[in-house]
Amino acid sequence: MKTKSLWRVLSLCAVALAGCQHAPLRGTGDLGLVIERANGCVTLVDTTARQAYGRVCGMGDLSHASAVFSRDGRYAYVFGRDGGLTKLDLLEARIERRVIQSGNAIGGAISQNGRIVVAQNYTPGGIKAFDADTLAPIAEVAAEYAPGQLSKVVGLADAPGQRFAYALFDAGEIWVSDFSNPAHPATQRFAAGRQPYDGLVTPDGRHYLAGLFGEDGVALLDLWRLGDGSRKILPQYGEHEEKRPVFKMPHLRGWALAGGKAYLPAIGRHEVMVVDTATWRELARIPVRGQPVFVMARPDGRQVWVNFALPDNGKIDVIDTLRGEVEHRLEPGRAILHLEFTPRGEEVWLSARDDGKVLIYDTARFARVGEMAVDSPSGIFFTSRAHRIGF
Amino acid sequence: MRRTVFALAGFLLPLLVTGAHAEEGASEPESTRQQALVHLVRQDCGACHGLRLTGGLGPPLTPASLEKWPPELLAATIVAGRPGTPMPPWRQFLTDTEAVWIARQLQQGFPE
Ligand code: HEC
Repeated sequence: MKTKSLWRVLSLCAVALAGCQHAPLRGTGDLGLVIERANGCVTLVDTTARQAYGRVCGMGDLSHASAVFSRDGRYAYVFGRDGGLTKLDLLEARIERRVIQSGNAIGGAISQNGRIVVAQNYTPGGIKAFDADTLAPIAEVAAEYAPGQLSKVVGLADAPGQRFAYALFDAGEIWVSDFSNPAHPATQRFAAGRQPYDGLVTPDGRHYLAGLFGEDGVALLDLWRLGDGSRKILPQYGEHEEKRPVFKMPHLRGWALAGGKAYLPAIGRHEVMVVDTATWRELARIPVRGQPVFVMARPDGRQVWVNFALPDNGKIDVIDTLRGEVEHRLEPGRAILHLEFTPRGEEVWLSARDDGKVLIYDTARFARVGEMAVDSPSGIFFTSRAHRIGF
Repeated sequence: MRRTVFALAGFLLPLLVTGAHAEEGASEPESTRQQALVHLVRQDCGACHGLRLTGGLGPPLTPASLEKWPPELLAATIVAGRPGTPMPPWRQFLTDTEAVWIARQLQQGFPE
């Protein structure tokens, strides 16, 4: 309560910054935002105070919206479904700039040097690069995989060397665009497999993985050895087994890598796949209580938290990576859409869309330590992403 | 091209799906159920078709893009899904009558 009114004062100061001489200086390392799915707003949050400190509206359709951060941690770039790209000032709790960059977008990424923000688009399919300061357009790459044929772009991820890797759903390809010369990106194409639905880059920036929907397996591209092309891993996966219908596409970004193993959501199955990142062979499958959507490692890698698609979207399973099995099961609320760890992982924030709440859990005790009302919350993004490759 | 194939394949489905329930074709879900269905479509179909149903991984579900199909055919797609595409079958969450109701609402401009 007390903190809340303090924040109200702070955000009032922020609104009328000029008139507020004594607004205390602060860093942004413990700040973040929660996307409000239904009404074009984001709630700004402070993970130290475990409180919301502001709310910014006017960002259009934020269903499936995501955010990346400037490397100084002050600005968030929010990619909306309606193609809106908004640069938010977290300290002043206001929109710094906003452009409508396409008709139908699905997310974005920021370059290694923090100077270029790239949005990935469904229609018209392709990627577009913007100046991170001004949001002025710099260049675009149309996902034209055959004459006149544009593909939806998914799984955009930043890679070292001002490169971006992404997958073409309709073309079954992975493209890597190098923006070293920002106005003239150079693009290389690689085969992926049928209907890649999302992708990720490993935390070291070396490998790009694209999950396939239209066939079993995952496409893997070694960004250090592009000349070798892509290869398919886990091809035997799912042989002779019937897949369940997929009510929500799993997400790979925000994926889990811990102790030389990668934890990936199985598509159409109630399992998390464990893969050896040295050989890219499957090591095990861990049974879980639904079809995984997000499979996310606590920053220290000791736990992997998993949420699920309908009808199991009120559940969370926590995998102990040492034992390789689920160690804890939670039913925290209705429609748990997303989760985000505090920078060093002592707490995790969950959005319970149908309860209109964000819930905060202690990851050692699995105890709820806080909550706040947020309208239809979905994605939660903390500024610690600013310094991670692939986030 | 692909559309035509689906449309043809889809012709048999509505018969299978709605045939048994033809007599209740005109009935509507109760109002609380209607609210739950609106929520389902906006939120969970919205994950692929967009919260405003203007398209995403799945095509737009706007009146303009759906007007050409009979509602029963759309309902068959909703209930049975489209194998080989990410459109899943929703029969474990919806009755046929509810699917037809959703299809009609989509064609008229879906309620908020
Ligand atoms: C996991 C993603 C996904 C979800 C969730 C989903 N859809 Fe779809 N839907 C698709 C895709 C992809 C297509 C296009 C299939 C094709 O290529 O023909 C589609 C097609 C359709 C079509 C046919 C449209 C046309 O123009 O041919 C209708 C109607 C439809 N969906 C309704 C729904 C409804 C209602 C829901 C929720 C109950 C829903 N969908 C949920 C992915 C999805």
